[in-house]
Amino acid sequence: MPALSPTMEKGNLAKWLKKEGDSVKSGDIIAEIETDKATMEVEAVDEGTLGKILVPEGTNDVAVNTPIAMILAEGEDAASLKGNGGVATKPKAEQPARQEKAAASAPPAEREEPAKKAETPAPAKTGTAKPPLAEIMPEPEVPEGTELITMTMREALRDAMAEEMRRDSDVFVMGEEVAEYQGAYKVTQGLLEEFGAQRVIDTPITEHGFAGVGIGAALAGLKPIVEFMTFNFAMQAMDQLINSAAKTQYMSGGQVKLSVVFRGPNGAASRVAAQHSQDYSSWYSHIPGLKVIAPSNAADAKGLLKAAIRDPNPVMFLENEILYGHSSPVPKLDDYVLPIGRARIARPGNDVTIVAWSMGMTYALKAAEELAHDNIEAEVIDLRTLKPMDNETIVESVKKTGRLVTVEEGWKQSGVGAEIAARMMEEAFDYLDAPVARVAGKDVPMPYAANLEKLALPSVAEVVEAARAVCYR
Amino acid sequence: MAVAQTKQTAQDTQGLLPAADLAATDASIPEFSKEQELAALRQMLLIRRFEEKAGQMYGMGLIGGFCHLYIGQEAVVVGMKLAMRDGDQMITGYRDHGHMLACGMDPKGVMAELTGRRGGYSKGKGGSMHMFSLEKKFYGGHGIVGAQVPLGTGLAFANKYRGSDDVCLTYFGDGAANQGQVYESFNMAELWKLPVVYVIENNRYAMGTSVTRSSAQTDFSKRGVSFNIPGSQVDGMDVRAVNAAAREAIAWCRAGKGPIILEMLTYRYRGHSMSDPAKYRTKEEVDKVRTEHDPIEQVRKRLLDRKWASEDELKKIDASVRAVVNEAAEFATHDPEPDPSELYTDVYR
Repeated sequence: MPALSPTMEKGNLAKWLKKEGDSVKSGDIIAEIETDKATMEVEAVDEGTLGKILVPEGTNDVAVNTPIAMILAEGEDAASLKGNGGVATKPKAEQPARQEKAAASAPPAEREEPAKKAETPAPAKTGTAKPPLAEIMPEPEVPEGTELITMTMREALRDAMAEEMRRDSDVFVMGEEVAEYQGAYKVTQGLLEEFGAQRVIDTPITEHGFAGVGIGAALAGLKPIVEFMTFNFAMQAMDQLINSAAKTQYMSGGQVKLSVVFRGPNGAASRVAAQHSQDYSSWYSHIPGLKVIAPSNAADAKGLLKAAIRDPNPVMFLENEILYGHSSPVPKLDDYVLPIGRARIARPGNDVTIVAWSMGMTYALKAAEELAHDNIEAEVIDLRTLKPMDNETIVESVKKTGRLVTVEEGWKQSGVGAEIAARMMEEAFDYLDAPVARVAGKDVPMPYAANLEKLALPSVAEVVEAARAVCYR
Repeated sequence: MAVAQTKQTAQDTQGLLPAADLAATDASIPEFSKEQELAALRQMLLIRRFEEKAGQMYGMGLIGGFCHLYIGQEAVVVGMKLAMRDGDQMITGYRDHGHMLACGMDPKGVMAELTGRRGGYSKGKGGSMHMFSLEKKFYGGHGIVGAQVPLGTGLAFANKYRGSDDVCLTYFGDGAANQGQVYESFNMAELWKLPVVYVIENNRYAMGTSVTRSSAQTDFSKRGVSFNIPGSQVDGMDVRAVNAAAREAIAWCRAGKGPIILEMLTYRYRGHSMSDPAKYRTKEEVDKVRTEHDPIEQVRKRLLDRKWASEDELKKIDASVRAVVNEAAEFATHDPEPDPSELYTDVYR
């Protein structure tokens, strides 16, 4: 009795279409079975003669895997089956099925070759392994006296791409308006001139399609940088990003390598209303198989984008339109590459920890300044990478301050702040002197009106207020 | 357009497939040599027997989840593969077992993936719908209907980027042909003249919905018209017709002329997946195709008629194919499940 689905346990043998003595070929329909959901035809899988029907038609509730008939191969005859009745339709196949169950429940020791055994670690007692800790590179050394060049985040991002494209001919940029228009936000300015239309590719407005084309090119071993004009439009491509980019390495047992960066502005810009003002930080950081980066300044943007392009995994690189024009110093080094997965202490302090990233850092740093006037020394952590998240840096800070405030433009529910709060409860519970406070975007679609938009977003005042609250001051 | 058109005028009454006598009378279909016929027979038999075994093992609970069998459609992938050369790539959707076998992937590794064992192509982590072999240039195995179309277009993009003249064969079904991303891909492929053959396997049913109930334009070879992509309909049950069309289409792409569409008129004998009783079509319809158009029977008949092989020799071929499939089933049944430590590997590199 075959199973029609993994959940089927028994079925009714409705009808025999062949009788004993009939010859059957593989593919011939020999019987009909039915369950409460469906009727299905049973095909013979072997060639021969229908030797004996074991379950007559009209029998109900036949358990799955019960032999229903025996097919005689050429040369066998029905007499040879006597006394053996009810053993198996397909004796060869039935036996392995039982062994399979044994193999599934016991450690697969006996069939393993000794050499293989040595390299595969013994299963953990609980039966599941622990997730490996992410290997994180150290921060690069910036030698004393290194010249610092002040540049905008826009220029830093462009420089990162240009440097990596010079270094590796497999790296190319594709997206809407990245070439001739020089980038909708001018992030790819000058790249077409230097690298040509072969490597700086204007796409039609077709996010789902070109995200997939980029992933396909990565499947073939290229290293695409796919620009979304904004991440709001990447929702069109969500299936490719999650189902194709994030999962394929795993689903191929590690055979496939997908080195691809998806980048573009994320979060609220200014006065563009709900459909153009969403923060996707928590969306992408929910997904195993993706790395998620969200820098707040030019140096981090450059060092992390270079790292993202070199990373052999799919990376979501979340930029911010408002920050594009912000200038900050970038070390003038030949190869400034920052570690993915490492947070940065942007401002040391002992009284309260404020964790932010990307645009949230502008609120956090201003709030820290205001708090300092009242003798509250906030430690501001710039997360920089959202996945894998640098727990350690946050935990160490919370051990020192005992208080934590998170800042994000995204919504509170299931947000990154919620994740950080949960992690601190798990890993630093004994060190917390107050509940974790979250400053986040209000639970509404982004309004257009200037005053309402301001209210919907986090503010410096809200961060200050939250910090005071957790400090009980 | 440089591609041979298999004439559509002589369809059978149900409009399902080219009439049974079309292949025999249509002089535009080049004959196969004895060697080609035998190679095609062996490959198609391997797929048929493998799928029958997979169905059996599914019924026994050895294979879980979804399992989409390729039985009936064998001539498509085999005819196409016989026209490919080393370096050309292949990518398809979830009805992928036949494609993997045609690519020369080891039946043991494919079957062990179906049973979720460590010796499977994806170490048991992918299952029936998600397998890959970079060595054999097979790029999956994709579970989301239509998602493989931009991916295959991207593989073709990489060929062009690298200045190679390799061609990517991107397969999808009549169901996937209604997905938006297919047309996004068509647009870019023609715009950038990418070397991609879009092989639409029209088996007449998107799960349970017939082509006529789902498609405003049921001639899928015309689906590229608004992008200037040429296309033709091919008798997908005749491996020679498939091969002839494939040769011309691949040559078209290799010459840098951009993408091309081949609509393969084919038929699946089984349900959409193992758990589909296929009540949306009549038994007579299925029987008619099986008796009049079966791709394997056509080759067998020609081999016998021309005395290129005897019944005995054909039986021997079948027996050797069965032996390969049984060995695969045996391996897939006894190979251990993945080690628990594999849970967390391969998420990242």
